[in-house]
Parts: sequence; structure tokens; C-alpha cells
Amino acid sequence: MTSAALLLLADSRLPAGGHGHSGGAEQAVRVGAITGPEDLARFLQGRLATTGLVTAALAAAARDLASTHRAGAPGAPEPALDGRGGWRELDAEADARTASPAQRGAARTQGRLLLRSARRIWPSAALDALAAAVPEGAHHPVVLGVVAEAAGCGSRDAALAAAYTTITGPATAAVRLLGLDPVVVHRVLAGLVPDLEGVADAACVPLAWEELPAHAAPVLDLLAEQHLRTEVRLFVS
Amino acid sequence: MSANHDDRHDSPDPHGRALRLGIGGPVGSGKTALVAALCRTLGPVLRLGVVTNDIYTTEDADFLRRAGVLDPERIVAIQTGCCPHTAIRDDIAANLDAVESLEERFGPLDLVIVESGGDNLTATFSRGLADQQIFVLDVSGGDKVPRKGGPGVTTADLLVVNKTDLAKHVGADLTVMSRDAAAVREGKPVLFTSIREVPEVYAVAEWVIGVVEAWAHAKRHPHGRAVPTTNA
Repeated sequence: MTSAALLLLADSRLPAGGHGHSGGAEQAVRVGAITGPEDLARFLQGRLATTGLVTAALAAAARDLASTHRAGAPGAPEPALDGRGGWRELDAEADARTASPAQRGAARTQGRLLLRSARRIWPSAALDALAAAVPEGAHHPVVLGVVAEAAGCGSRDAALAAAYTTITGPATAAVRLLGLDPVVVHRVLAGLVPDLEGVADAACVPLAWEELPAHAAPVLDLLAEQHLRTEVRLFVS
Repeated sequence: MSANHDDRHDSPDPHGRALRLGIGGPVGSGKTALVAALCRTLGPVLRLGVVTNDIYTTEDADFLRRAGVLDPERIVAIQTGCCPHTAIRDDIAANLDAVESLEERFGPLDLVIVESGGDNLTATFSRGLADQQIFVLDVSGGDKVPRKGGPGVTTADLLVVNKTDLAKHVGADLTVMSRDAAAVREGKPVLFTSIREVPEVYAVAEWVIGVVEAWAHAKRHPHGRAVPTTNA
């Protein structure tokens, strides 16, 4: 149990570029799919059950892989985790679960920015190994899992932080874009606490990487692609 | 790579990277015009890169590219999610990423200019992002603005008061602005410009060259002061 480290990791003030991403909310607002708190609640619930679960499971898997690095000698070659490979393989699992190229780009950008900040906040051999293995920037949940390990968090903490950030980003974006009452939006988030706990539990079931959750959200994929092609954008994604 | 790979941002020894100059100020004060003017005047003598932080889309970057003052590929735009001040002060990760990618692609560079999105009088750059910063006001906001102060006016390394050609039309007294700015800035420099009338912005360009040269000097003599105080 490492509650304080988890709070730091999930805090929106963590300076890792998250404030520039809306998780599809900007485009959903633009096309009229989010107009108020009720729409937003449904959007967040759907996002949590799909992208949220997938990213939480990837973060937990990355955290587990990072902990095997810590067990090994410093500078040791990348360990094979029960024959399941290393960082590039786990990053490829994230790629395979992200149908939209726009979302893949956004996930790698966010991962690169998180890694850049985390290496200075929580220096660790596993973060260095990840940066070396995926120089173009690994997917955000993979980086988040390794950062969680560096910060002293367990797998469930990593999953919870990943799931949490998949809904808090769009919620904040909706407040900014629609002028929603921030207290009402926080009540919506409070209502999702049982879902968050359930997703974190489900994400920590030990599975071979190819069997990790792969829930798709085609509407989110389409929104991301439309967003990338929109001329006026306040958010990166 | 070592875990301290990114420590160069904190270090007084610049390790050979370009000087990072932040340009901030309220909406419409002339930040983008100043960036374009500096690129035009300094382009022939310095190796430049520009990062823009527009509130909307890539308007400023597009303006600069169209102005033809710099190779379009050396101008990078980032989105700030409705929070321009966050991107230059509280969470500078995206800007640092953009600055470093410019240096990796086109380096070595002498100067990277980071233009903030138009914001309020409290918006300043983190010292983790900008080594030096210019705050741009314009006279049409009223001659009381320097007296009101705020971190942008009081702490910027250089205060530029633009659109002096409009002073007579809006009843702004430049003497008052100059006196008040001097009082709140404790001797740090203030320059008055009319970029529309004098697009070369000679005095500002001269100040920038001064800080770039001081930076380069610190590179060659890493044990001295990083950037000597200028008296422009």
C-alpha cells in the first residue's frame, strides 16, 4: 500500500503534459455528443469501460515488468518475463489495441512527455530501459506503469491511476469547453468511483499479454480521427 | 542514457544548447508581430527556432510561416488545452519537448523563441523553460497597466511597450508608462516600440543579441555567471 505515491502519480498537477489532452471530449463537444453533465457521465462511463480498462491493464502489466527489472542486476539485459518479451513487445500490445492512428500518436506523445518528467522526478533504471527500448516514445499506459513502479506503487495502484486519468482528463476538458459547473462534474466523477474500483480489479487479473483486455470504442476512434483533421483545436487530442 | 539525461534544464551550465527566450503578454499586444520582426532582423545573424503556444489552432505559427521570415519547418505549434499559462509555467513538458525536437532536427541553434498564447498580466514563463523572457504590453490597454504591475510586468527580463503610434489616439501618456514601469521593475530594461512603423525593432533585437552573446560566453566559460545582467 503506497497511498501517498499514488496521489502524486494521479494528481492532475503532475507536470507531464496531460492538461493539453481532452481524451476525445473536445470533438465530442463539437459534434454535440456532450452537451451537459448527463451526456458527460455516459461518455465517461463508456470511456472507462473500454479505453479505461485497456489502459489500466497495460499499466499494471508494465508495472509488473518494471518490478522484474528492479529484481535483476543494474544494467542487466532486458529480462524475458515468462517468455513474454520486453518493452517493445508490451508497447506493441498497446499499439494493437489502439485502432486509431490519431490516438496512437496522442498516446505516444503523452507517454514521451510523462517519461521526460518522471525520469527527473523518480530516476530509475527501468525508466531508462524503457526510453532506450522505445526511443520514439512508448504508449502512455506503458510509461505510466513503469513510473508507478519507480514511484513505489503496486500494480493495482498503477491500474487505478491509469483508469482515473482516462476520465479526469475529459471531465476537466468539458468544464473548460462548455462552462459546466465544476462541482456538478466532480459529482459525476464521484459517482464513477465504484466503476473505477471495478476496472482496477479487473485490470490486475494476471494474464498473458496477448490475452489482456482489448475492448474497442469505435466512436472514440472516429472522434479522434475527426479531431486530428479539425482546423481549430484547443487540445492535442 | 543516464537518469540525469534531462538535468540540463536545471543546470547553470547550458551544455551547448541554444538560449531559450520566452515572449509573453496579453492578447493583441503584438507578441507574434515581435517574433516575426525578430526573425526578420536576427535571421541573417543567428540560427533560430520558434515554438508557438496559440490558444486556438495554429494561427500564430501559420502567420509566421506565411510571413516568410523563417524556414516553415523551424516553426512548431503546440496546443495548450485552453490553458496557455499552464503550458509555459506549471506544466512545461510539451514546450520542452518541442524546443528539444527543434534543436535535434536543426541544431546547433543559437536562439529558440517560445511565444506564449495571449494571456493575462500574471502569466510568466517557468525558469525551467525560458532562460530569458520578454513581456509585451501595448499602449491601447491604457497607461495604468505598468503601475498595476503583476508578475509579467515586474519580473520579465525585458518589458516591451508596443503600438506607441496609437498613444495619441487612446490618450495614453508614454512618460507615465515609462516612469511607472521603471518604478515597479527596479531598473530592469523597458523598450518602447511601434512594430508597424519600425518593423526591424532594432532596440529589442540588440537586447536579444546581448543575451544570446552572454549565453554563448557562459558556454565557453562554464564556471562564470550563466547570463550577466544586461543594462540595455
